[in-house]
Amino acid sequence: MKPGRFTALVVAGMAVSGCGGIQNALGGQAVQSRDFVSLFAVFMVVCTVMYFVTVGTLMWAVFRRRRATEACTVETGRHEVSAPGSRTALVVWTTLIAVGLSALAVASFFTDRSLAAAARSPKLAITVTANQWWWDVQYTPDNPSHIIRTANELHLPVGVPAEITLKSNDVIHSFWIPNLAGKQDVIPGRVTDAQILPRQIGQYRGQCAEFCGTEHANMALDVTVESMADFKKWAAAQLQPAIAPTTPLAAAGFNYVTTRQCSVCHNITGTPANGQLGPDLTHLASRKTIAAGTLPLTRGNLYGWVADPQSQKPGSQMPTMQIAPQDLHAIVAYLETLK
Amino acid sequence: MTPAEKAKAPPTTVPRDGPDLTGPELEARLHRTWARPRGLIGWLSSVDHKEIGVRYVVTALIFFAMAGLLALHMRLQLARPESNLMTPELYNETFTMHGSTMMFLFAVPVMQGMQIYLTPLMAGTRNMAFPRLTAFSYWMYLSGGLMLWISHVMNISPDNGWFSYVPLAGPQFSPGKRADVWAQMITFTEVAALAVAVTLTTTILKQRAPGMTLARMPIFLWSTLVTSVMVIFSMPSVALASSMLISDRSVGTQFFNPAENGDALLWQHLFWFFGHPEVYIIFLPGTAFVSEIVVTFCRRSIHGYSVVALSLVATGILAFGLWVHHMFATGLPRVGYSFFTAASMSVAIPTGLQIFCWIATMWEGRPRLTVPMLYVIGFIFTFVIGGLSGVIIASVPLDLQLTDTYFIVAHLHYVLIGGGVFPLIGAITYWFPKVTGRMMSERMGKIAFWALFLGFQLAFFPMHISGLMGMPRRVFTYPAGMGLELPNMLSTIGAFVVAAAVLLFVVNLVNSLFRGVPAGPNPWDAPSLEWAASSPPAPYNFPHIPVVESRTPLWDADGSLRVVHGLRVEEPELLLTTVVSATPDIREPGVAPSPWPFLSTIATAVVFVCSIFSPWALVFGIVPAGIALTAWFWPKKPPPEGEPVIV
Repeated sequence: MKPGRFTALVVAGMAVSGCGGIQNALGGQAVQSRDFVSLFAVFMVVCTVMYFVTVGTLMWAVFRRRRATEACTVETGRHEVSAPGSRTALVVWTTLIAVGLSALAVASFFTDRSLAAAARSPKLAITVTANQWWWDVQYTPDNPSHIIRTANELHLPVGVPAEITLKSNDVIHSFWIPNLAGKQDVIPGRVTDAQILPRQIGQYRGQCAEFCGTEHANMALDVTVESMADFKKWAAAQLQPAIAPTTPLAAAGFNYVTTRQCSVCHNITGTPANGQLGPDLTHLASRKTIAAGTLPLTRGNLYGWVADPQSQKPGSQMPTMQIAPQDLHAIVAYLETLK
Repeated sequence: MTPAEKAKAPPTTVPRDGPDLTGPELEARLHRTWARPRGLIGWLSSVDHKEIGVRYVVTALIFFAMAGLLALHMRLQLARPESNLMTPELYNETFTMHGSTMMFLFAVPVMQGMQIYLTPLMAGTRNMAFPRLTAFSYWMYLSGGLMLWISHVMNISPDNGWFSYVPLAGPQFSPGKRADVWAQMITFTEVAALAVAVTLTTTILKQRAPGMTLARMPIFLWSTLVTSVMVIFSMPSVALASSMLISDRSVGTQFFNPAENGDALLWQHLFWFFGHPEVYIIFLPGTAFVSEIVVTFCRRSIHGYSVVALSLVATGILAFGLWVHHMFATGLPRVGYSFFTAASMSVAIPTGLQIFCWIATMWEGRPRLTVPMLYVIGFIFTFVIGGLSGVIIASVPLDLQLTDTYFIVAHLHYVLIGGGVFPLIGAITYWFPKVTGRMMSERMGKIAFWALFLGFQLAFFPMHISGLMGMPRRVFTYPAGMGLELPNMLSTIGAFVVAAAVLLFVVNLVNSLFRGVPAGPNPWDAPSLEWAASSPPAPYNFPHIPVVESRTPLWDADGSLRVVHGLRVEEPELLLTTVVSATPDIREPGVAPSPWPFLSTIATAVVFVCSIFSPWALVFGIVPAGIALTAWFWPKKPPPEGEPVIV
């Protein structure tokens, strides 16, 4: 088989195993992750060839037909003798490995350069702050009145390079959206950054990739790559303060949330709730999931989460409080208005 | 003058081995001199390298089985998405215990145990250098392992992973004693590993049989020498790191606290400067088992002896220049990363050369497919996949996607099980007749091999796929509907096949111990010196110290090895030789059994364990530890009759 056709086969195989999937390293829906896919295919081809050359030679060495007199063994008294041509074979083998590795190293180096080049001229500045176990997201354009704050979701306009500044409030986390780009660790005391240039509209999922404690597995991020128009619409909506409650039940919920324990940690812009320790709730009901990707956003899950976060996400920083049933109805009714 | 004549000292007053004192009478008298006292105190006092080596290996295998059970528990939890079999806390403790036990209590100690057992026999000497230090190291290792597992039973076992990254493991985010237990377990095992490394290095450099020049050493001794030197250079790094962590946690230093200008990445540098060489400390003995097995079962000397020996040395050196490839995602400067990519890939060259030499040996010789040889072939099939996936993750752009995913879990198990455990099981099967005097069952061995080999592929190959499909490591569960169900279910099934294979191997081991076919001294017709000793070897190993004239002494000796005479019979005595050419140098008094290494371990263990709860333990605990060490090192009486020991 020609190398070109083999490469195509490998890529096709990878595509079959990895097509679709909202959290897939072979997705390639951004420039950064597409570079990964093509480099990975090159490595796979070289490594597969090397593997079969090695085990093929091994099998040949073990099972080849040989005459008893020919073997260089103790029995023939020639156990120190090397087979003719073995020195040449050693040189060929070493050259093969060295050349193969050098080619891969060069390919890797150039991909690395191209990743670095793609990072220039960022258009969209975002700051993501990792916490145990959720993501705080802030869009930080030059005009401070356009700062958007949200949590556990990221909206990116397609074709616009985003520069994401990463900070941690506690331990080391790792920012990873496999469909879009590789990982970048988020390290307390340091500021790191990640670049993403999305090239395909879609819904993706990111997840913390560095072990960060009890709920490391439930620290995800919903990512929406959308057209510029959709992104602007979303951003305009996010800039609005929370809507005032209209029904009596929601109003009761508003009173509870803004005057009781909820507001110690949570911020709802336009209301007295201005806690900074937990996720911003201003537009909670516009999100797809709650509790950092742990549960889909449904009325039932909101009830379950508010009533007893410790059974939904054991170890989470949000304590289970004894909330009376009528208060619970009110809180959920209010939260559902936060579109 | 031949070495034999040179070493022949005139026996005047004290009885020495020689033409006048040989055969059963010599063996009986040597036995009286070298055997340890009977009973519990004798057992605790043993300084015989064979006894200590077997204890090391058996203890390590027990830890292997326990950590394996933890793995099965985790695989059950991960068999289905969103499973509630384990709480996240329990899962985190379980993977921490699995990793820490496998790395610190199984992989390194089992290799060192094999080295302790085999090195003096292969080198043709009567015991290790510093045998009491060897005994001390075993007791320290056992204490560290017991402390970790007792804390697991008491539900204070660590839960931050075997790498224990700060600040997660620091005082702010890990209150309680879990992280301290981990750090002190490290202290125990690093003391043990360093002690063994020193004794092995000395034994190899100074106690080889006359004529066994460096260029005639079995490959296994080369690998032991290289890994021991690696231990000596790498362990201090993790010792420093764990001490800094303990002092951050117990006396308020701020080495790793970013809020006080400490640095979280400092931990990673120190840890991986040890952690990467650690992989080769496990893998290089594995390759050396392979070299010994290939030679015996292909009936010829290893092809390219100097290539293999130099590859071991080269790997040992390169291993210290790779640690940053564990930190590609931390955001260090890119130019530096390119260097570490190149260094990581270049390890494939010495490893590839070793693989070439094994294949060439098989090509030139006549391979016999015994169980140890099957493990060698299984090793190459498996390890090469791990080596090649290692080349893949040496590339920075690829590693940024693959690091901390199940792709890495697949890679490291292909390398450590393929490169370490497969050769180890082959080696245990190979040397079992030497240790016990009985053969293991070939039939059961072959069934266990195929179950292990196929079960392993089923368990770990799908992890490459689940990693690429976006499954991070160290997660107690994963969402349904992302395509992760099938690979995880396959991995779980494979894990149980592996467990069945290991169980079969253990049954074979125990059964053969009592009912195996009796083996002679050299059942495989192998060429190296350990097969000249009886099976099992006498406490003094060899009645006369052999003389080595080639790399395959038993094949070239035509039935009877040449020997040197003149070592004392009534007192333990060793022959020291020169470092490079192994010409006889000095006769050194041997060491008698002593309970003090055991008692010193108890005193030291009390200090280490109590210091978890109060730093004052270091102050008060120093007294009993000091007393025990003083008793241990109390000057011995001079050699009888004041005879100089230098020839």
